[in-house]
Order: sequence, then C-alpha cells, then structure tokens
Amino acid sequence: MTQETAERPELTHPDDAAFDEVPSERERVFVATPGQLMWWRFRRHKMALLSSVVLILLYLAALTWEFLAPYDPLRHDVQSAYAPPQRLQFFDEEGFHFPPFVYGLKGGRDPETFRKIFEVDESVKHPIKFMVHGDPYKFWGLMETDLHLFGLESNEGTVFLLGADRLGRDVLSRLLAATRISVSIGLVGVILSFVLGVLIGGISGYYGGTADILIQRIIEFIRAMPSIPLWLALSAAIPKDWPVTRVYFAITIILSLIGWTGLARVVRGRFLSLREEDFVQAARFAGASEGRIILRHMTPSFLSHIIASLTLAVPAMILSETSLSFLGLGMRPPALSWGVLLREAQNLQAVVLAPWLLTPGLLVVIAVLAFNFVGDGLRDAADPYAR
Amino acid sequence: MLAFIVRRILLLIPTLFFITIVTFLVIELPPGDYLDAYAANLAAGGDPVDQERLEALRKQFGLDKPVPLRYLQWLTNILRGNFGFSFEWNVPVEALIWERLALTFFISLSTILFTWVVGFLIGVYSAVNQYSIGDYVFTTLGFIGLGLPNFLIALVIMWYAFDQFGLRLSGLFSQEYRGAPWSLAKFLDMITHLWLPLLILGTAGTAEMIRTMRANLLDELNKPYVETARAKGLKEQVLVRKYPVRVALNPFVSTVGWTLPNLISGATIVSVVLSLPTTGPMLLGALMTQDMYLAASFLLMLSVLTVVGTLISDLLLAVLDPRIRMEAQ
Repeated sequence: MTQETAERPELTHPDDAAFDEVPSERERVFVATPGQLMWWRFRRHKMALLSSVVLILLYLAALTWEFLAPYDPLRHDVQSAYAPPQRLQFFDEEGFHFPPFVYGLKGGRDPETFRKIFEVDESVKHPIKFMVHGDPYKFWGLMETDLHLFGLESNEGTVFLLGADRLGRDVLSRLLAATRISVSIGLVGVILSFVLGVLIGGISGYYGGTADILIQRIIEFIRAMPSIPLWLALSAAIPKDWPVTRVYFAITIILSLIGWTGLARVVRGRFLSLREEDFVQAARFAGASEGRIILRHMTPSFLSHIIASLTLAVPAMILSETSLSFLGLGMRPPALSWGVLLREAQNLQAVVLAPWLLTPGLLVVIAVLAFNFVGDGLRDAADPYAR
Repeated sequence: MLAFIVRRILLLIPTLFFITIVTFLVIELPPGDYLDAYAANLAAGGDPVDQERLEALRKQFGLDKPVPLRYLQWLTNILRGNFGFSFEWNVPVEALIWERLALTFFISLSTILFTWVVGFLIGVYSAVNQYSIGDYVFTTLGFIGLGLPNFLIALVIMWYAFDQFGLRLSGLFSQEYRGAPWSLAKFLDMITHLWLPLLILGTAGTAEMIRTMRANLLDELNKPYVETARAKGLKEQVLVRKYPVRVALNPFVSTVGWTLPNLISGATIVSVVLSLPTTGPMLLGALMTQDMYLAASFLLMLSVLTVVGTLISDLLLAVLDPRIRMEAQ
C-alpha cells in the first residue's frame, strides 16, 4: 500500500512533463471513436489508400462512361479496322498546345503481305476539343444528349487513344463502357452472396447443432466442386434470346450460388466466437429477443470484419465474370464487359496485329489488385484495438 | 486411424450423391430436351430430321419418362459405365472422356508438385532472408501472381512468344504425335510441352504457397526454441531445416484440400486458351452445342475425381499429422 502511494506521484508527474508536447496526441487516441481509430489505421496502409482512389475513379468512370467516352462503343468504321493507338501531342513546331492534338492516320497496304497498315500523317492535325457534340446517347436512360468530355469537332479524322478493334470500333470507348458491367457485377454478386452468406452462416453459427453440421456439409460439398466447370454448365443453360439485363442477373445469381460459401464461413466463425461473449450473454439474460441480440449486439462487432471480407470477395467475382464472358458463356455482345472485350484477343493473330486489344486485361488486373489492397487495409483496420 | 478412414469414406457417399444430382440438374436445365437441340442442329446443318429415329432415341434414353425415373435410369447407366451418347461426335461418351480426363489429372498433379517444390523453396528462402532484395522480389512477384488471372498470363505469354520469337505455344504435343497412339516417345514429347501450362497454372498456387510458407516460418523463427538451439551452437542451416521448417510445414500441407478444386477449375479455362487436349475445350464445346451427355459426364467425373483427390490428400495429411486424426474424433 505504502509503496503504491509512494510511487504514484512519481509516475504521473514526470510523465506529464515528458508528454507535455504530445498529450493531445495521446488524448486523441483515448477519446477517439472506433470509426476514427479504424480510419487512422487504414490511412497508414499507403497502398490501400492509393487503391481506394483508383477504385473510386473506376466506379465514377462506370457511372458516367457515356460522357467520358469519345465515341459510341458500337460505332464502327471498317476503314479504321485495327487502327493503332494515336498519341496525344502537346508540342509541334509552333510550340505548346493545350488542349493537345493527334496526328492523322493514313491507311495503306503493305506491298508484300497486302496487310492493312497505318502511318502517322504529321501533315494532318486533329485538335482535341473538350465538351464536344458527338454521338448521341441517353444519359442513364433519362437525358437525351450528345455531349462528350473530349473528342474531335468534325467527323474528319479519328481520335483512338487506345486504338481500334477488328471492326474499327474505339477500344477506349468500349473499355469505358465495359467497366460498368464488370465492376458492378462484382458488387451486386457480392451483395447477393453476402445476404445468403449472412443468413445461412448466421443460422449455422448461432444455432449450432444439427443445423450447423448440415450447413457445414453443404458448404464443404460446394467448395469441393471445381467452380468454373459448374459455372460454365449453369450459364450454358441461359437462353440465348434473353435481354442483357436478364442475362446480367442470371450470371450474378450463378456466381453467387458458389460465392456465398466463403462469406458464410467467415460469418459463422464470428458468430461462434461472439456467442459466448459476456455482452451477448448479458443481453440474453436481460431478455432481449434473438433477432435483437443478432442485429443490435452481435452484428456491430463483426461488421467491420465482414466489410473487409466483402471487399476481398469482389475481385474473385470480377474475375469469374471475366472468365465466363471470355469463354463465351457469360455476358454476350452487344453487352460489353471486360471479358467480352478480351474475347477479341482470343485469336493470336489478332493480338499480334493489335496488342492494344489486351488493354481490358490490364484493367482487370488493376481492379483486382486495387480491391485486394483495399481489402488488406480494411482487414488490418477492422480491429483497431489489436496491436 | 482405421476409424478415421472409414468415417471419411462414409462421408464421401452423400457428397457423391449430391454431385450426381447437381450433374443431372445440369442435363435437365436447358429448355427442351437434348434431342430437340440435336434435331435443331441437324436441321441447321441441312440434314433431314428423321422423326422416327428421334422417337426411338427418346425411348432409348427414357426421355418420355418423368424426371425422378430419368434420374434413376441415368444413374444406373453410369454405374454400369454407360455415360450416354454424344450427339455432336456421334460416338458413346466413354470413347471421348477418359484420355482427356487422364491428361487433365496428370497436368493438375504435376502442377501441384510444381507449386509445392517452388513455393516451399522460395517460401523458406524468403523467410530466412527476410527483407532481403530476393525476398522483396519474390513477395512482389507473388502478389502480382495472385492478382493476375491465369488465362491472361497465358494470353500474354503466347502473344509475347509469337511476337518475339515466332513461336506458337499451344497444344500439348508436337504435330507428329497428335492423334498418335500412346508411346514412350509421345510421353516424352508431352513432357517437353508441359512446362508452359505448369508455369501458368502454377502461378497463383505458388504465390499462395510462398505466402503461407513465409508467414508460418517467420512465426516459428521468432520462437525461443530457435534461439536456444542457436545458442547451443547448432549450424544455422541444420537448425532451420530440422525444427522450424518441419513445424511450419503442417499448415502448408493442409492447403492441398482446396488446391485441387481450384486447379481443375483454373485448368478448364487455361486449356481453352492454350488449346490443350484436356477436358476444358471439349467441355466448353459440349456446353455450347448443348451436347448434354458429354458435358454432364465431364462435370460429373471432374467433380468426383476432385472430391476423391481431396479425400486422398486429407487421408495423407492425417497420416502425417496425428493432431488431425485426434481432432476429427
């Protein structure tokens, strides 16, 4: 007793003096809400921070591609088939230009192979204009307009920043258009899997016993099946004459049929460990209903983990959709997704002739890596009290 | 041990039963029956459709009976080794699937071995030389390997090889061995073509293995017993190999269970890109033309073999690690 009282002033006083410059910092941590702690932790993960910016841009592009894309993604022009990417030029003999311009392309034939070749024609300059009137479209199906972020004012010449494909369609515009389906199918699929996973995993973890054993068996069974062959088989049954939106939802459902198992496992694990926690017991003794215990007491304490797992599940969905569409059993033209675009790159000759057809693949990799980084960062941030 | 094995094998029965139901659903899912698709194909090809023959076939395959009966009939046929008829190829399904299934499994098993050896070696190196340049290189490569879809790697490698060296990297055999009967020369020829699918299929798996091995070993290396052994003067190499690596190996081995389904799954699409004579391209073709007996047989056999393969790996694991045997009881 005497020791304690003797030590106490010694401990606090020099401490206060030593931390004179940083008490606010310490206090800040002590009084911070869990949300703030999570944000501070997430902020430390630089790649995750950068990746979340990438993801935000990607989703913004998906929302507004009609405006961002210089052309209608279906507008074709045989003259420009396999036209190479045109570089943005900022300088010419007159000096700096803004907005930049592109040199014209001159199509010709290779004298030996008769293959179509393109040459940059430096005598022709096409100045790029912002907010130009181009191909008409209906923005979000509501607004009839023809305004594009950038493009050429006249119909003479082209601006193919990422080249053109087999039918002379602008790859950049198609890429932007495909982003909508590709990134949204990941989200929608994960939300659907999440609902299934939480429901089934929750039942399994909360009630335990026979229900748990049965559900675990089913999950094990589904996970033991090779998923791509099963997906292929299921999506082969989608009628060929279905409209795009219906195919879209059918694919999402097919992907979620397997995707939910992973999330169900996470939820079950969390439920099992939380079920015995004191605060859950306390709520039960206080007479809270089952639903209230789950929603009001248990869910908030595992929500952050679930969000991290969800983020990590999105890239798998995106990849699955890309694989299915790439094989021709997922989304089908005229619907556009990264996988549909990559189908153009299935032919080796086409890829050698026009390597820019692989750019959708680059976007897939960027999206997948970004989601992985953000998911990693969220997982670290999910438990801000862990050291 | 015996009880454990028996239990696992008994658990296999409901799983196999589920697989047959899922497969049968796949056959039943497309609108109309497969003879409709067959007739439509014939008509599209300009061949006359023989209604009598269709009816005969319908009878032969029991398509006029209700669904549960059809399922039973299909199941008993399969148990007798009769997988049905491929309308696309005009031969019994059995004549088509076995060689392709065998090749698929050969490639998958080789890939597992490849990922194990490479993942193990690099994982140990990365952990022992943590934060060295080599560690950074491998960790970065591993991260990219996890993010890259297999088929994209395949496309890029094929394009690069063709563009730079004029090489056509596809198929599993040289021209002269395609369709030839099996011989030692054909086998050796296949081995020389095997590296590319191995490399492509193995990327993601290897990356995962490196991560697992590195993390496990790093955990072990920081434990006091390692320090003790070092203090007693044990050589670093002997020390690492003898104790921490063995402990770290256990979680590593247990990943086999999910490796196999993932591999079979990934191999389907990679083999389409590389046009390997495995199950992938033929399954895809069968699904596209609604050649449902062929497609379903592939799906069934792939699933069954995957489940059995996983079971074998689980049993091996139980032999290796007594704790797993105990836990299961």
